[in-house]
Amino acid sequence: MNILALIKQVPDTSISLKINAGGADIEYRDILWVINPYDEYAVEEALHIKERHGGSVTVVSMGPDRTADIIRSSLAMGADEGVHVKDAIFNGSDAYSTALILSKAAALLGFDIILCGKQAVDDGWGQVGPALAEILNIPSVSSILKLEISEDKKIAAATREVDEGLEMVEVSLPALFTVQQGINKPRYASLPGIMKAKKKEIRILDAGALGISPNEIGREASRVELRKLSYPPERKKGKILQGDSKTATGELVNLLRNEAKVI
Amino acid sequence: MSVWIIAEHKAGIITDGTLEAISAGRLISALTGGKLSAAILGNNLDALADMLSGTGINDIYLLDSPLLSQYTSDAYIAGIEPLIKLHKPFLILMPSTCLGRDLAPKLAARLKTAYLSDVNSIEMTGSEIFFSRPVYGSRLVSTLTCSGERPWIVTIRPRAFEKTEAAQKKAKTENQPVHISPSSLRTVIKGFEQTQKGAGLTEADIIISGGRGMKDAENFKMLGRLAKILGGVVGASGAAVDAGWMPHSAQVGQTGKVVSPKLYIACGISGAPQHLAGMSTSKCIVAINKDPDAPIFKIADYGIVGDLFEVVPMLIEQLKK
Repeated sequence: MNILALIKQVPDTSISLKINAGGADIEYRDILWVINPYDEYAVEEALHIKERHGGSVTVVSMGPDRTADIIRSSLAMGADEGVHVKDAIFNGSDAYSTALILSKAAALLGFDIILCGKQAVDDGWGQVGPALAEILNIPSVSSILKLEISEDKKIAAATREVDEGLEMVEVSLPALFTVQQGINKPRYASLPGIMKAKKKEIRILDAGALGISPNEIGREASRVELRKLSYPPERKKGKILQGDSKTATGELVNLLRNEAKVI
Repeated sequence: MSVWIIAEHKAGIITDGTLEAISAGRLISALTGGKLSAAILGNNLDALADMLSGTGINDIYLLDSPLLSQYTSDAYIAGIEPLIKLHKPFLILMPSTCLGRDLAPKLAARLKTAYLSDVNSIEMTGSEIFFSRPVYGSRLVSTLTCSGERPWIVTIRPRAFEKTEAAQKKAKTENQPVHISPSSLRTVIKGFEQTQKGAGLTEADIIISGGRGMKDAENFKMLGRLAKILGGVVGASGAAVDAGWMPHSAQVGQTGKVVSPKLYIACGISGAPQHLAGMSTSKCIVAINKDPDAPIFKIADYGIVGDLFEVVPMLIEQLKK
């Protein structure tokens, strides 16, 4: 089983963010970069499949130099190979072009299963996974909470989240799955794992290696343009309701009915 | 310059998310002067077409086939792609639900056109349409424009637009031929398990959420009682889910569900940024917490500083009056 886990580096979700002077991007100073939490579940699931069915796990990430950090931390978790998709001409690519670049990498590396997070917590776009499957012409299942591979390694049975519950589906491999929170609990890297990961060489794939033509990717080819970032409107100052529980809840019911008019 | 809606329906009813997407569509049609059309995919669609007919839509296209009775992206794309190529809408809207967020990016990739998810406001300046959507867990708002080949495909965030109002004019309904080869469907649906009744968290009008202060799983039953009286559903913070008190499907936050109900009551939730990211656009926020310095009070419209095990039962009593 050749398993690819696609990962993205994102700003830590617990820190505050500022808009930069240009007004269409965030201020990159002082940002703590982490692996997208959903992608971490994808790495764990890939390792889990390998442990049951054999094969190898390759983590693939596209991004600038700093992206190597999350590739290395995934290697420390137990991934076999790390691939860094990196080229200055990739900058400004939209989600479709990103999927196109990753499709070339996936084709080059070979795969039976591709796993990635259902979306990234930075832009929350949720396009790269499904678009990649479409470009590779393989089936994909979104937002999975469980994945089982048949003994002959030809069929995958997945449970996926839908709006009112869970849907059980089957697809033939190769296939792509986007992973939802709750599928597993990512392991911590072991000390030997960390030591081993430090020595591992990360393979770099650039536009030349992937055979990508510059007019398909980057800012010029982008179908969407980010024009402006802004802060959401501030909420108006609220009221703290005083008195004992009876008084306060009585006042709350009154306010909800007559002022906010929400019940 | 026509705008299309891909309608979503459940158990024979057009979903609220679809009615909200139609509102967004009517807004754009009014600005651009183009027609508004809707496509319904499924099996036995006449009643659904009637439901959509008086909602301000000009044309309804029905793609009726037993192969569309359950959603699979393969069947939906095979069904709708020829129709899109024939009519060339410039924009396709659908609700940002599990279905929409699976179908829309695949359809956009198939057509190699722009895709935007989770859009919650649309404006037009000159001839340009500006789409806004929350980013970085709702801590910032990004405003974008699309370009290139059409149709651009956009999913609309639940509850960002009001449901469409009834319109006088009835839509013209057309049955479309559907050519789907059963062998082209790569996903086989084996079963479905309903884990929640009716609308889920993202579509709920009222959400009662519990956090670390709930102390154990058993205490969430109390929130269930409050939710029942108010006609709401129960959610949870990441801390309560991590503790194993509530399932992941109930988690409100940056990882988890992003919700925007009419009323959000946070019980024993301190208000970590991760959680606020998932609920700060709620219309009215109530916080019940014993710590007066809890960050949740900074965004709450109404706060009660007190022991939730005393306050919540009292609130239930008051509401029964």
